[in-house]
Amino acid sequence: MGRVSAAAGVVDAAGVTVWLRTFAAEVAARRDELTDLDAAIGDADHGVNMDRGMQAVTAKLPTAGEAGLDGADAGQARPDDASLGALFKAVGMTLVSTVGGAAGPLYGTLFLEMGKAAADRTTLTPAEWAGVVSAGVAGVQRRGKAEAADKTMVDALLPAAEALRTAAGSGASLAAACRAAADAAAEGMRATTPLVARKGRASYLGARSAGHQDPGATSTWLLLETAAATLGGGAVGDSASGEHAAGEGS
Amino acid sequence: MKKLINRPEDVVREGLGGIALAHAGRLVVHTDPHWIARADAPVAGKVAIISGGGSGHEPMHGGFVGPGMLDAACPGEVFTSPTPDQMLAATQAVDGGAGTLHIVKNYTGDVMNFEMAADLAHDEGLAVEQVVIDDDVAVKDSLYTAGRRGVGATVLAEKICGAAAEEGRPLAEVAGLCRTVNERSRSMGVALTSCTTPMAGKPTFDLGDAEIEVGVGIHGEPGRERRPLATAREVVETLAGAVVDDLPFARGDRVLAFVNGMGGTPLLELYIVYNGLHRFLEERGIEIARSLVGSYMTALDMAGCSITLLRLDDELARLWDAPVNTPGLRWGA
Repeated sequence: MGRVSAAAGVVDAAGVTVWLRTFAAEVAARRDELTDLDAAIGDADHGVNMDRGMQAVTAKLPTAGEAGLDGADAGQARPDDASLGALFKAVGMTLVSTVGGAAGPLYGTLFLEMGKAAADRTTLTPAEWAGVVSAGVAGVQRRGKAEAADKTMVDALLPAAEALRTAAGSGASLAAACRAAADAAAEGMRATTPLVARKGRASYLGARSAGHQDPGATSTWLLLETAAATLGGGAVGDSASGEHAAGEGS
Repeated sequence: MKKLINRPEDVVREGLGGIALAHAGRLVVHTDPHWIARADAPVAGKVAIISGGGSGHEPMHGGFVGPGMLDAACPGEVFTSPTPDQMLAATQAVDGGAGTLHIVKNYTGDVMNFEMAADLAHDEGLAVEQVVIDDDVAVKDSLYTAGRRGVGATVLAEKICGAAAEEGRPLAEVAGLCRTVNERSRSMGVALTSCTTPMAGKPTFDLGDAEIEVGVGIHGEPGRERRPLATAREVVETLAGAVVDDLPFARGDRVLAFVNGMGGTPLLELYIVYNGLHRFLEERGIEIARSLVGSYMTALDMAGCSITLLRLDDELARLWDAPVNTPGLRWGA
């Protein structure tokens, strides 16, 4: 990563901007891979929809040097508004109105709830960041009514949030805590393969949904993997090259 | 793919443009975000009714906007749920001071997007109630699935609730009526061919020349089973049998019988199905008191049909008969 957080060791708007740009680039690069996973058990649009949404988010993110979101539209954060709450809320509303399907409300809710939890803070310590992420995950669960092992994005989010809390609670650096969260998400993602879907369109397939890695859990792992690679200066682990998403489920 | 389109990515926008021009004066089509409203909305003091869903099911829902039915409809991309900003904008605009009912078909994306829209509307102090329609008996309903899909009963609920709203009934009553229609309705469909979405450009599923998909959904979702092509009489027995057994409908019941075309089946064949359905129900002592035959909830170019039965009482029959004046459904007006 060429750019890192303005303040090392804490989450701030500059770091989040780099993170989301990196995530958008990864989603674009893996668009067809995500769509193919969805074609097996869903309706073959997850990669296309996430790419459209993240392109819209990227278009509203500030360029280097600006703090908040570059948005002239009503309701969006202004460049001089560096609060993380406003930034996450704007990201969430953009995703909600551009992704569609089920992923739009779920990813949108994740960021909207993170925004509510972050409120007017401009920096977050690792422990505070773990709390903000956990609030987002709780929002996703309320929205989608999904529990662990339903074969959804929750299977990557829940272990990631827990790993983040545990690492931050034991005094780990932001980079190390984000790395622990990404690795836990990868494990949760891989564990969706043998599961029978109990939520969403895949649930219509019943037992036939087993043997396929969940596309939502896969894009969620990408979100956490790119966080680990960027927030707090980045901590590139063994899985940072992202081989998890390929070759699974067959 | 052989379709009368210009570019696949322009299908929804250009279709809405056509609706706006063809029904100018009756409907207003808004863009960015997309929603269709009756020209005289908001109607002061009347409960507003909004529905929405992916495009490709026309005339549902935009064709059901007008006096006696919907106040607004929110079309998504083809077979893709609309987004909350569409439902929020429509709700803000058509609310006539008596609150708004959202009629939602039970698909994961639709349900979540409408829930988010309701949350946003509530934050703005608007009264919104939502009713989820789930009448498709082809799907096993359990805690371990997304539940039954919303199909034919949606059209009946939009008509009946629209009539109740025109009478000035309050939001809680109109929503209660919507739940009643859903509880008393059951549907099942069959596909003779797949459909082809413009963006995919190829059939959604493979179905042999001599095969049918029994229990298909309106986006080409798999059904209960794949079978060899059968006569209309045999297909009616399968669909109507599953529908009647599920509620169950019983001797002495008076029903509204709705034979719906999926988009690629001629009206002549739908009447052959209706003929068989009439005989099937007569043999079981079930009286068809009202009927609707035609392509009202389609799946693009899919050939096939669905059968929906609604157990009527005098009140539901009266509301069904009330005037309606929309591009897709019109009588008494």
